[in-house]
Amino acid sequence: MSIHVKKIVKRFGAFNALREIDLEVGEGELIALLGPSGCGKTTLLRIIAGLETPDSGEIWFHGNEEGEVWFHGDDSKCQHVRERQVGFVFQHYALFRHMTVFDNVAFGLRVRPKSERPTEATIKEKVMELLRLVQLDWLAERYPAQLSGGQRQRIALARALAVEPKVLLLDEPFGALDAQVRKELRRWLRRLHDELHVTSVFVTHDQDEALEVADRVVVMNEGRIEQIGTPDEIYDHPATPFVYQFLGDVNLFHGRVSDGHAHIGAAAIQLAGHEPADTAVAAMFYTRPHDIELSHDGGGLEARIQGARRAGGVVKVRLERIDGHGAVEAEVPRESWEAEAFCEDQVVRVYPKRLKVFTAPETALAT
Amino acid sequence: MTSQAMTLPRVYQVDAGPTSESTPFRRLLIAVALTFLAAFLWLPLAAVFVGALREGLGVYWEALTDPDALSAIKLTVIAALISVPVNMVFGIAAAWAIAKFEFRGKSLLITLIDLPFSVSPVIAGLLFVLLFGSHGWFGEFLAEHNIRIVFAVPAIVLATLFVTFPFVARELIPLMQEQGTEEEEAAIVLGASGWQTFWHITLPNIRWGLLYGVILCNARAMGEFGAVSVVSGHIRGLTNTIPLHVEILYNEYNATAAFAVATLLAFLALGTLAAKTLVARHLRGHH
Repeated sequence: MSIHVKKIVKRFGAFNALREIDLEVGEGELIALLGPSGCGKTTLLRIIAGLETPDSGEIWFHGNEEGEVWFHGDDSKCQHVRERQVGFVFQHYALFRHMTVFDNVAFGLRVRPKSERPTEATIKEKVMELLRLVQLDWLAERYPAQLSGGQRQRIALARALAVEPKVLLLDEPFGALDAQVRKELRRWLRRLHDELHVTSVFVTHDQDEALEVADRVVVMNEGRIEQIGTPDEIYDHPATPFVYQFLGDVNLFHGRVSDGHAHIGAAAIQLAGHEPADTAVAAMFYTRPHDIELSHDGGGLEARIQGARRAGGVVKVRLERIDGHGAVEAEVPRESWEAEAFCEDQVVRVYPKRLKVFTAPETALAT
Repeated sequence: MTSQAMTLPRVYQVDAGPTSESTPFRRLLIAVALTFLAAFLWLPLAAVFVGALREGLGVYWEALTDPDALSAIKLTVIAALISVPVNMVFGIAAAWAIAKFEFRGKSLLITLIDLPFSVSPVIAGLLFVLLFGSHGWFGEFLAEHNIRIVFAVPAIVLATLFVTFPFVARELIPLMQEQGTEEEEAAIVLGASGWQTFWHITLPNIRWGLLYGVILCNARAMGEFGAVSVVSGHIRGLTNTIPLHVEILYNEYNATAAFAVATLLAFLALGTLAAKTLVARHLRGHH
């Protein structure tokens, strides 16, 4: 069961929340919508669910054979939320506070029209089965206020699954949990998805979460999709500077590319084969702190060590370029930091082992 | 021993925080508050009961079971029985609209809900006389069709409705705004209809706030004097409510009977206070 989102546009007053979004979610896929707050990812999720109406565009849902229109802007067809049969997990869970865990999970079955409603015995069986699936059957008689955040999260998921949704949508599913529980729950979600294979889309602003859990990641920014790809593609071959910056800490250098070398300040650094390297072009170079090598007399830029902070197995080093063109952040393994006897105020060489090159668009057009 | 005790951190009293005052000042504050309460609340309350029972229980009972008194009680109960449910429906509808939707004229609606608080009840009464009185806008029409509104039960109900209508809405608006719409959205995504969502999700979430509003609304409906006084015409046994009956008895120098009937209002006040306290405890517990 797949979803096709075609040219979806949504404005809130003068604010363009979504600008012509195209997206295909394949059958049984687990997709992450990743981006900073205000990028439109939650709006897109709510539009897929039917909680929000787009200004124009189309949303198609494909079951086994023929497609079913969920939204069609031209003749303003819009299937109501309650007919779309989606499971939606809210950021703050939205559990019904006056109902027990059992009644929360049973709600979707009990509100069905009489002709489709299962018997109480069937409901009971089904609810307990779901509670066992989320490993919380022992909490059936509790109220939401008596549960921990992680438990509420799992109950919200069980409630959404109870109606046998065609698609599962999760809004910042781990956003409100502390770091340890987040990590456990996201692995658990991944395993659960592998078991159930229900087409799922989740929204997150946490790049680690998206990269670890999703089959494919959709990186969004300012109402547009920046890149769609597998976690490896996104991380190793970011399509835009935004994607590169959003996926982790970065250093930015301005310079030129020529003869397969990056010329940054006084230094020339050999570029890996697949990077553009034909003529002399102005470019921006990105590198991650852990891809920077520090040495006393190797190649690279000269920089002065401003400060260093130990964090677990690595040392995070702040440096200032000698040529005055800005700061550099580096992460050095602790052993090499100690072996090389680096210290503050020393002038050392900064060598980026990997550089991602983005040629400035206007210069690229000129050449 | 002593040196060890010296190194222990000093234990502060729980209430000795930076916002607390010195003991004499605190005592003074409490004394002022208690004196005020005694002078303006307890003393009058005691006076009402003393005045009512001055001539013994027999006279007290007679004053309450007097046909005019009974009719005043009946009218008061009728006015409350009509205005409380009507305001409940209006209050839920208004609070729902204000808390869960965006629409034009929303701030105007919020302002208008408060109108009865800012308008003197006497003006509210006059308003109905102007509309429905014999020289009023609809006076001729009503006379032709032989419908009596002013100086009759309908005007009393209308005046009561007017002065009580903010109570339920005022109580529910902040509560519903705080709860937001996520639970309703969750219910709808799960396939619930609008009515099922209201009945199973919204109403249970606001029930204590609603009850609180209803208690206040009821107290005001039964105790209202000004607006009702203007439209009532003070016809004994017909258009008198309890507060109006008290006034009539007092003006006839029948102080004991006046106090006796007034004890009913005092009981209403005490009952309202007790119910309010109980409900408020639940309201806090559910947050």
